[in-house]
Amino acid sequence: MRAHIFGVWALALVLAFAMNTGVQAAQTIKIGFPIELTGEIPKVGEGTRYAAELMKEEINAQGGLEVGGQKYPLEFIYEDNEAKPELAVTVTLKLIERDQVVAVVGPQSSRQAVPAGGVADEHETPMISPWSTNPETTKDRPWVFRAAFLDPFQAPVAADFAIKTFKAKKAAVLFEISNDYSKGLADYFKLTWEKLNGQDAVVAFESHGPKDQDFSAQLTKINAAKPDFIFLPQNYSFAALIIKQARDLGYKGPFMGSDAWGSAELMTLCGNDCKGQYFSTHYAAAGAQGPTKAFIDKYQAKYGYVPDDVAALTWDALGIVLQAVKNGGKVENDVRKMRALIRDNMGKITSFEGITGRMSFDAEGDPVKCAVIVQIDDKGEFTFAESVCPN
Amino acid sequence: MVIVQHFVNALQWGSFYALIALGYTLVYGVLSLINFAHGDIFMVGAYIAFFVSTALLASDSFGLSHFQALSLTIPLTMLLTSCVGMTLERIAYRPLRRKGAHRLYVVITALMCGLVLENGNLALLGASRRTLPEMLDKVVYNIGGIAVTNLKIGVIFTALLVFVALQYIVTRTRMGMAMRAVSWDKFALPLMGIALDRVIVFTFVMGSGIAGLGGMLFAMSYPVLDPYMGSMVGWKAFIAAVVGGIGDIRGAFLGGFLLAFVEIMVAAFLPSTFRDLFAFTVLLLIMWQRPTGIFGAPQTTKI
Repeated sequence: MRAHIFGVWALALVLAFAMNTGVQAAQTIKIGFPIELTGEIPKVGEGTRYAAELMKEEINAQGGLEVGGQKYPLEFIYEDNEAKPELAVTVTLKLIERDQVVAVVGPQSSRQAVPAGGVADEHETPMISPWSTNPETTKDRPWVFRAAFLDPFQAPVAADFAIKTFKAKKAAVLFEISNDYSKGLADYFKLTWEKLNGQDAVVAFESHGPKDQDFSAQLTKINAAKPDFIFLPQNYSFAALIIKQARDLGYKGPFMGSDAWGSAELMTLCGNDCKGQYFSTHYAAAGAQGPTKAFIDKYQAKYGYVPDDVAALTWDALGIVLQAVKNGGKVENDVRKMRALIRDNMGKITSFEGITGRMSFDAEGDPVKCAVIVQIDDKGEFTFAESVCPN
Repeated sequence: MVIVQHFVNALQWGSFYALIALGYTLVYGVLSLINFAHGDIFMVGAYIAFFVSTALLASDSFGLSHFQALSLTIPLTMLLTSCVGMTLERIAYRPLRRKGAHRLYVVITALMCGLVLENGNLALLGASRRTLPEMLDKVVYNIGGIAVTNLKIGVIFTALLVFVALQYIVTRTRMGMAMRAVSWDKFALPLMGIALDRVIVFTFVMGSGIAGLGGMLFAMSYPVLDPYMGSMVGWKAFIAAVVGGIGDIRGAFLGGFLLAFVEIMVAAFLPSTFRDLFAFTVLLLIMWQRPTGIFGAPQTTKI
């Protein structure tokens, strides 16, 4: 028995050495992805991984990323946060401490990105969330960046569009109380709407929990308040359920959604009920040109469907990280030094030409970029309706 | 008018709690076993309905109309889901019962079976969500400002029908008599020439069949299927069964509707954020007054 245990230990030691030397022999640039692979929004995790894999294959096919005249292959590690805030913290920590990644891309949803950002900042590891729109993610966190616009910008975009298109005066909001993204966006929207249309212009402001499936009580209340439209800053799976139930309860008016609607899975869940509705998002796949179109074509050829905004933003976020690595000019052997180098260079990027549009960065590490409003057409495709840029 | 609409909403939502709670109470009534896998059997029922209906509608060779597909999917889903329940009983609960394991271990086994079903589903089918094909052309009736769909009416009537049928089977048939006898004295029963295992299997078949039916109706009403859809509803339905008095069919039925009413009315008249807080406080108060539930009788342990 003693000998047996000793054998196992010896084997583990040998393995540990083998793994260590393996890493040192071919130095790679290791990036971690704590993303939503299962749970409430699995398509978000899938899009992230697919886009990242696409970029990795492209760069590694050329021998790796060229930094200071030498090529380093990319190594990506994906961890599942199950769309749970507490797990996002755990897996981000795991990537930083155990896997020793030099940068973190993700989590995507603000619900996960806000707590994970705290961990990355504390452990001095550069993190960029491609999709998170809640200001808290990057606020007072010099190590945390993002590639998406912010909710204080998105909310007025939605409000202005609703006034113009629906001629709306009274709005109703239904949001998820435990989701930083949903709650934050709902609050900003309420603030804007009341400024534009008077104190009582938000006629119903209702919420629900993370596991709710029945919204009939909230929707009946909303229906009774007779709003001109319902604003749903919701993940796509909730949006599908809510819209169907609202129609069942006899609501006939329009809905307006936010960027979390823009998943490739929305239409399979929602079907005909979602057609004709609008939502604000980061890019419109239909009618794209230039590098955006090239990305869409490559993605579609490989995975068989049009990439959603998460995939496009992940592509851009990765682009920003790799740009920073390149600008650094060298790859440090010490992980801590390398992390600091990447962070400093990310902070120095003032403008970036991405496939989701040109972005420039402010002092907080947040991009200033345009938003797009898309309509879901009769074929279930997201077609461009309007582009709104910050002034 | 709005209050009547809330009332109708609660009736539909309560129907699902009632359908699941009936399964809990049936197994508990016969075996004194809390079958914690029941919520997940409900989930499996929804998935079976998805696969059966998709297969029926996809193959042109059948050439079925939507209504025919629906009327075929219902019995097939119930049948297949009862097979799942039966298998669970056969491979997980029966061996433990044979070895005379304490009830606690069987309950833990049930809990684990539920997790195996959830995660097995996740591993097998992946994380992406599914939606049931629409087999019923939805019609929204508007009666004096109250919106009701044909599906909602169907759900409420199904729950009622299942309750009446169960009550009849348990109190009026020979099998029901055998079931009541098992709960009375498991050891004297074989002496009377009744096959104990057959009664237990029958109980599981009925419980899972109802869960399958509930799962299918749920998937039609809330058409986003995911592996964890059964856990929360299952827990709440279990609480409903306990409040009603677990082991009693009337209790489960009433408890299901009671929980739904409290939930909907709290969300309707108080900020919806407090839904679960208030709903469960009310139930806690009921339990405090009647620890054995509304219909439950105080139990004494025979030595």
